[in-house]
Amino acid sequence: MSEPVSALAGASFQGSVTVQETGLRGMITLRGDLAGAKLQEAVKKLTGLRVPEICTIALKGDKGVAWMSPDELLLLTPYQLAQGITNTLGDALKGTHHLVANVSDARAVFSLQGAGAREVLAKLAPADLSPAGFVPGEIRRSRLAQVPAAFWISGQDEFEVVCFRSVAQYVFDLLKNAADPNGEIRYF
Amino acid sequence: MSTRLPTAGRLIDRTTPIEFTFNGKGLRGFKGDTLASALLANNQMLMGRSFKYHRPRGVVASGAEEPNALMGIGQAGRFEPNQRATTTELFQGLSAESQNHWPSLNFDVGVINNYVSRLLPAGFYYKTFMAPRAAWKHLFEPIVRHSAGLGKAPRDRDPDKYEHFHIHTDVLIIGGGIAGLQSALAAGTSGAQVLLIEQTPHWGGRAPVDGAKIDGFSADEWIINTIQQIENMENIRMVPRCMGAGVYDHGYALAYERLTDHAPELGGPRHRLWRIRAKQIITATGAIERPLSFAGNDIPGVMLASAVRDYAVNFGVSCGDRTVVVTNNDDAYLTAIAMKNAGLNVPVIIDARPQATGPLGVQARDLGIRVETGKAIARVLGGKRVTAIEIADQAGQGATLETIPCDVVAMSGGWSPVVHLWSHCGGKLTWDEANAHFRPDPDRPPTGADGEGFVITAGIASGVLTTAEVLSDADAAGKAAAKAAGFSPKRSAGPKAKDVLSQPMAPVWIMPQGASVKKRMKMWLDFQNDVKVSDVQLAAREGYESVEHTKRYTTIGMATDQGKLSNINALATLANSLKEDIPKVGTTTFRPPYTPISMGVIAGEAKGDLFQPLRKTPIHGWSQTHGADWEPVGHWRRPYCYQQPGESVPDAVNREVLNTRKNLGLLDASTLGKIIVKGPDAGKFLDMLYTNMMSNLAPGKCRYGLMCSENGFLIDDGVVARLDDDTWLCHTTTGGAERIHGHMEDWLQCEWWDWQVYTANVTEQFAQIAVVGPNARKLLEKLGGMDLSADSLPFMHWADGKIGSFDARVFRISFSGELSFEIAVPAGQGQAFWDTLHDAGQEFGLMPYGTECLHVLRAEKGFIMIGDETDGTVIPQDLGLNWALSKKKTDYMGKRAQQRPHMQDPGRWQLVGLKTTDGSVIPDGAYGVGNGKNANGQVNVIGRVTSTYYSPTLDCGIAMGLIEHGPDRMGETIDFPALDGAVTPVRAKIVDPVFFDKTGEKQNV
Repeated sequence: MSEPVSALAGASFQGSVTVQETGLRGMITLRGDLAGAKLQEAVKKLTGLRVPEICTIALKGDKGVAWMSPDELLLLTPYQLAQGITNTLGDALKGTHHLVANVSDARAVFSLQGAGAREVLAKLAPADLSPAGFVPGEIRRSRLAQVPAAFWISGQDEFEVVCFRSVAQYVFDLLKNAADPNGEIRYF
Repeated sequence: MSTRLPTAGRLIDRTTPIEFTFNGKGLRGFKGDTLASALLANNQMLMGRSFKYHRPRGVVASGAEEPNALMGIGQAGRFEPNQRATTTELFQGLSAESQNHWPSLNFDVGVINNYVSRLLPAGFYYKTFMAPRAAWKHLFEPIVRHSAGLGKAPRDRDPDKYEHFHIHTDVLIIGGGIAGLQSALAAGTSGAQVLLIEQTPHWGGRAPVDGAKIDGFSADEWIINTIQQIENMENIRMVPRCMGAGVYDHGYALAYERLTDHAPELGGPRHRLWRIRAKQIITATGAIERPLSFAGNDIPGVMLASAVRDYAVNFGVSCGDRTVVVTNNDDAYLTAIAMKNAGLNVPVIIDARPQATGPLGVQARDLGIRVETGKAIARVLGGKRVTAIEIADQAGQGATLETIPCDVVAMSGGWSPVVHLWSHCGGKLTWDEANAHFRPDPDRPPTGADGEGFVITAGIASGVLTTAEVLSDADAAGKAAAKAAGFSPKRSAGPKAKDVLSQPMAPVWIMPQGASVKKRMKMWLDFQNDVKVSDVQLAAREGYESVEHTKRYTTIGMATDQGKLSNINALATLANSLKEDIPKVGTTTFRPPYTPISMGVIAGEAKGDLFQPLRKTPIHGWSQTHGADWEPVGHWRRPYCYQQPGESVPDAVNREVLNTRKNLGLLDASTLGKIIVKGPDAGKFLDMLYTNMMSNLAPGKCRYGLMCSENGFLIDDGVVARLDDDTWLCHTTTGGAERIHGHMEDWLQCEWWDWQVYTANVTEQFAQIAVVGPNARKLLEKLGGMDLSADSLPFMHWADGKIGSFDARVFRISFSGELSFEIAVPAGQGQAFWDTLHDAGQEFGLMPYGTECLHVLRAEKGFIMIGDETDGTVIPQDLGLNWALSKKKTDYMGKRAQQRPHMQDPGRWQLVGLKTTDGSVIPDGAYGVGNGKNANGQVNVIGRVTSTYYSPTLDCGIAMGLIEHGPDRMGETIDFPALDGAVTPVRAKIVDPVFFDKTGEKQNV
């Protein structure tokens, strides 16, 4: 095995906000009965986190669990641990109807840092990004311009954005374009 | 002449002169001017030519409703046609040119249309269709083509930046006049999030011009105070230069912000499209003054009374030295008084009403202005500028009583509330007899998902006309909107205003009442499109009773101003002609946008590199630097071939084909869809989705499968691998990954929701590389790792293991007929894996190959390609794929449809191979022709080519095609006429579609 590389090798841009490709992140798609004891127990054991409520994301340290749909979670882990956790999860859920897949390589992750992060996203996503409309702990599966994307608040004035790996350059270019300092609105 | 007054001009800054050009001539205005006010200040009343008759046109209005003063603004990539001079803010270096004339604005050859206007009546365009066919080609079409379009299209790429901005708010208020400001304040005190937008750069609307007094302050003072209050409230945001363009379902609204049109030196986006989701929308959009219909009302110098007043008060511009006011209401008296106060001459006020005894009438007389009541303008004299008017009795037929020299006619036919935004999403109107206008009916608003109204009007837009009513209506609207949005507005009294009592207006739709046909042919309703009273009356006579039909027949209201000035007058004229009540005739449909918005802002960021997402595989960068000639496949770019220095594209393809057949090829197949299907019912599910059996596929094995829609047509194909007992991996076509995943989820969620199946699209998790050719195994064995011998991994099997140091899943499948391994590794290692294969493969003659080589290889083997051999009308049976249709299964998607008579018709075109008799290549898309002609006298068509290539392996042109009774006609030759109409068709023999290695020896080693 060679050293895995992310789509844009950590590209970054300084505009009205700082846009940074964060590098590879472990991501695991888990489909199953989210109310099932076995699933809840396995998620708790592997991430230290409970299955989140609808449209929310639980984050702790380098792990996270995001609600993706009524029967789907996304587990966030360090990249190196993803395949191992995928396997363990599969074993733990044996006998229950589920699907678990390592999708770490299928994604690109960006961070947006700066007071204008909400505004940059609001230029590209139709979601409500007002401070009242989108609060820490929420995750939104939406779109950025013409491609699907998901995002959440990862810190003070900081968002993380996930998209498919193949469109990493497009999304990076979108974010750069939307972070043009001359286009600041300061709406939020 | 029009000129700058020595004083006045509340919006201009006389200390900052601005240079600009008009038709190449250098002119000067002031900061704060609009292009229209600056042109008037330079005595340039003539600003354009009308669309149909090329008549001289002067500015009529002072705002968004302007039909005449349309300009081409800017140069090169920044050139934009049809920009209203009245809403174009002046800036240093602005370059404007007038439109629709040749050779010049002053002397226009096209004006000949004016003299033959008798030959261009209402419905001219439609009437041409009734003429002999030849007339269209030689007479009408050249005329219509020549005169079509108003401004010029820009020639260069637009260099500016545009963007969208999505926001959610509680209350959106459209219009920043005193009504909008008061509504914002009233709604804002409840704590609701309020967005207030205004299309002009200025807040307060026309209240200051009209001299309103509010709470004891002048309008200007009140506006400043109110803005101050609003700015202190964090929950209210104000955006000037932002027009409410449209109101749509569920509180969605579009607003168009012009950020740098007034100051191109500013960086950043030029326009911003606000995409607003509001709980409640208030339209405080004001009203538009109506013209009056009298003969010659289109001659430059005839203007709306309010506009004449605006130019004087706002910009310190007098539109002329002698202004005649003609009116049916009191409001226009303000113009006469304003002119008089500015030291200008007002020879007469012509009031169509029998008397003028209101306070304004008295005031005007006290100022020494002559007021003639019960009178009309019989005719305006002048060509490119008004020179005089003739007075007649309004009640008569227009016999001239007196001629009065003047250079401006300020007309007012009353005020129409701007109901556009209210109406966009279904708000209904009611006819107000007293004010002779349509106003929003508050009982029939546009309704949201809950069945409740989501738009409220405020101020003049509601149909109230006095300042006091405007403010109390706006205050109530603001509070009502906040309440409807779930907030509790404070109980506070709204501001108070005192109005001068006014005398009721009298509707006047034609002036004078008994005007002759000759006069009516000179009464313009639509100034831009040249529609006159006589045209609407003609339409009525010709049977056009519906206002919508009349609109299209006469083109009234179809110009770039969308009839902002003409609509009400036109439908009143139509109603009178039909002897109907105006409300019975109704209005035409109001559609967004309110005024035109730029194409750029609609596109937003989607231009240049961001026009469309471009999907890239992990190996994209390598291909880019290794001669890839790109081909779009869905949103992906795939290398069509890898060109070597000095090599042509066809040469590269031929080299890649021969090398892969002889040595070793490497293909980036990462774009193929990969969908995991898992669960106790997954086998049952796949048996429904695919035409063949998938449930009985053994773990470790692969099987080619076909997917059909429920209508029986092929929608996708690919190799399915069974991963374990309840897990399958389905490969789809490159373009089909998302579509097929959606198709699967659709059926699982909507139809078979009780089946236990989960799917996951893992297409992008893997880089998939095909190692293809006689040396394929040698290369992989050199790298070491898993056992890939024919015994351990036979054809149509897969295995997990290691290739060198890479974790890999190897599929022994072949789309080329060669020994082939498709190897999936995590995408993050895709490039490294490719590099490893590429370097190690050199000794085996490895060369990368692209999609065209892939196509040639598969065509030589007779493999079909979704999208080439299929086009949405092709079923597996057409392609000789009956072997892949399970007879064991009771059902699969498409089975029933394929049993319909048309699908069973033996006459359906069927797949065969085609080999040209002279070795040439059949043109792509060519049709095969048979004997005789069809009922239309066309040559009978008996089939078509679906794929066609030069085969370097066989050194001749090969093709696949769908041919009538094809498989029964082996050995026959068919003609394919060339697409360029060459006399000699390409001749091809019908052959087996498998051109190469029919027994599959090469792939099975």
